[in-house]
Amino acid sequence: MAGEIDSSMLSVSIRKEFSSATKGSPPFVLDVSAEFPVGITVLFGPSGAGKSTVLDCIAGLQHPDSGLIRLGNEILFDGEKGRALRPAERKIAYVFQSLALFPHLTAEENITYGLHALPRAERTQRVERVLKAFRVEGLRARKPAQISGGEKQRVALARSLVTQPRALLLDEPLTGLDAGLKSTIMEDLRAWNDRIPIVYVTHTHEEVLGLGERAVGLEAGRVIQTGTPREILEAPRTRLLADAAGYENFLEATIAERRPEDGVMRVAMQSGLLELEVPLAGGELGERVGIAIRAGDILVAKEQPRGLSARNVLAGQIVSMEMRGYLVELKIDAGTQIVAHVTPGAVRSLGLEREKRVWMVIKTHSCHLVRV
Amino acid sequence: MSFEPLLLSFRLAAIVSLLLLAIGLPVAYWLAFTRWRGKFVLEAVVALPLVLPPTVLGFYALIALGPRGLLGRMWQALFGHALAFTFGGLVIASIFYSFPFAVQPLVAAFESLDRRLLDASAVLGASRARTFLRVIVPLAWPGLVTAVVLSFAHTLGEFGVVLMVGGNLPGITRTVSIDIYDRAQALDYAGAQGMSLVLLAISFAVLCVVYGLNRRVWRPWPVK
Repeated sequence: MAGEIDSSMLSVSIRKEFSSATKGSPPFVLDVSAEFPVGITVLFGPSGAGKSTVLDCIAGLQHPDSGLIRLGNEILFDGEKGRALRPAERKIAYVFQSLALFPHLTAEENITYGLHALPRAERTQRVERVLKAFRVEGLRARKPAQISGGEKQRVALARSLVTQPRALLLDEPLTGLDAGLKSTIMEDLRAWNDRIPIVYVTHTHEEVLGLGERAVGLEAGRVIQTGTPREILEAPRTRLLADAAGYENFLEATIAERRPEDGVMRVAMQSGLLELEVPLAGGELGERVGIAIRAGDILVAKEQPRGLSARNVLAGQIVSMEMRGYLVELKIDAGTQIVAHVTPGAVRSLGLEREKRVWMVIKTHSCHLVRV
Repeated sequence: MSFEPLLLSFRLAAIVSLLLLAIGLPVAYWLAFTRWRGKFVLEAVVALPLVLPPTVLGFYALIALGPRGLLGRMWQALFGHALAFTFGGLVIASIFYSFPFAVQPLVAAFESLDRRLLDASAVLGASRARTFLRVIVPLAWPGLVTAVVLSFAHTLGEFGVVLMVGGNLPGITRTVSIDIYDRAQALDYAGAQGMSLVLLAISFAVLCVVYGLNRRVWRPWPVK
């Protein structure tokens, strides 16, 4: 799983000029270079910064004047050679701000729309699976006008992900939803797929903090900063989250070792039995910090994994298992109790049960530092 | 009262409106979605029959369809007989005459579509043809009906062009409006009255359909 990760990096280096509507004022120039690795990258900026145009160029709905767009080894757009794949050939899913559900089709027909090339049996199977995963089975016969905002958002995500895209573009798809609904939908998204680059466009601070490990700040058509969400939001680089809201795991620790050359540090849990590698932040050796980790960011293995890029591999024992909707919540004792979310399918295929010994894999950048 | 002219007009209008739908769809698609700056030229050409006197249109059609005209010569080579003063000639001339009535409602319907729906279709892997058939046509459906109904009604009542191109051959080119004109000239007011009433009723019904659709009275699915 971890081995194939960097092969599907989405990299964008584009320039596009828009002539200004008012005579005499300079044209708007979009000049963006950014890389979007596997996982969620937030593309943040005020309205009019060019965020949606960047997504349109990645999807092939607009073409830059020049530049290069690459997904893994495949070139999607090459300005020099005048080569551009059509949107249909790119296999990139795009959830628009307006969602753009087809109003004349039912939820199920909307979800099936992108699968017309598949044999009927596989089509049905995939649609059933995604209907279940996004909990929209009950809506299958309804038209978009007959379902609520949150349900539409889930149908739109399901329609995009059922095609098994190679990247996912989200243009403020959760705007206008209350925080609780937003976080359930994000959980849906994480549980469904974290093997592809996901570009999440937003202009609200709260979403930048709540999502993902990486963020790219865009202003007036240019990238002003790339880094962690906190770095994007605050000029002085404190690198600490304001609070741990929305994280299932909150661990108290002390800084044990700082390695500025690698951009990481090691922290020891209060119990002393457990150490984690986390992103570098301000703070002295021995200082107390909080570590927030999302339950959905933890991989669970039944054997000790080897040859991983992830730096934290922890052995533990399952203390409890509880169904939570479509997810199973595991409580694992690894010297400190840690909560991990897995799918029912994973429980079956790994044969997970109480008292079973498991290993947890946590990427350095899935560990978020919190002020205490 | 003979129904032959009425039936002839219905046959003409039905054939013309269906052919116009087939020709009008790609033309309207291009007009609605092209970014070419010179498209106003084609828009003007499409709208020309709205302002041109039918006799002028009929005159040019007569020349084009005649034995020396391009269309006439091609037709002669293909079918071995001339095109002017035939039903086929009438169909071709009527297509030009009713062209804006088919194209303009289609352009209006296409332009009012949410472009993001077309983008969504493309991103989901659909070809242009699939997007057209699965998204554009069903959503622009009132526009399609308006185009067919208007071009049908307009062709049904045409007079000047038919007179120029078709003449007045019973069963071949003698349409209902020509028939009414002939009867009125011959002081057969009762006959003219009957036919006129039929045309009046049809025109009124057609406009009811068009305005009904454009007020979104009939929708196969709820809007919001």
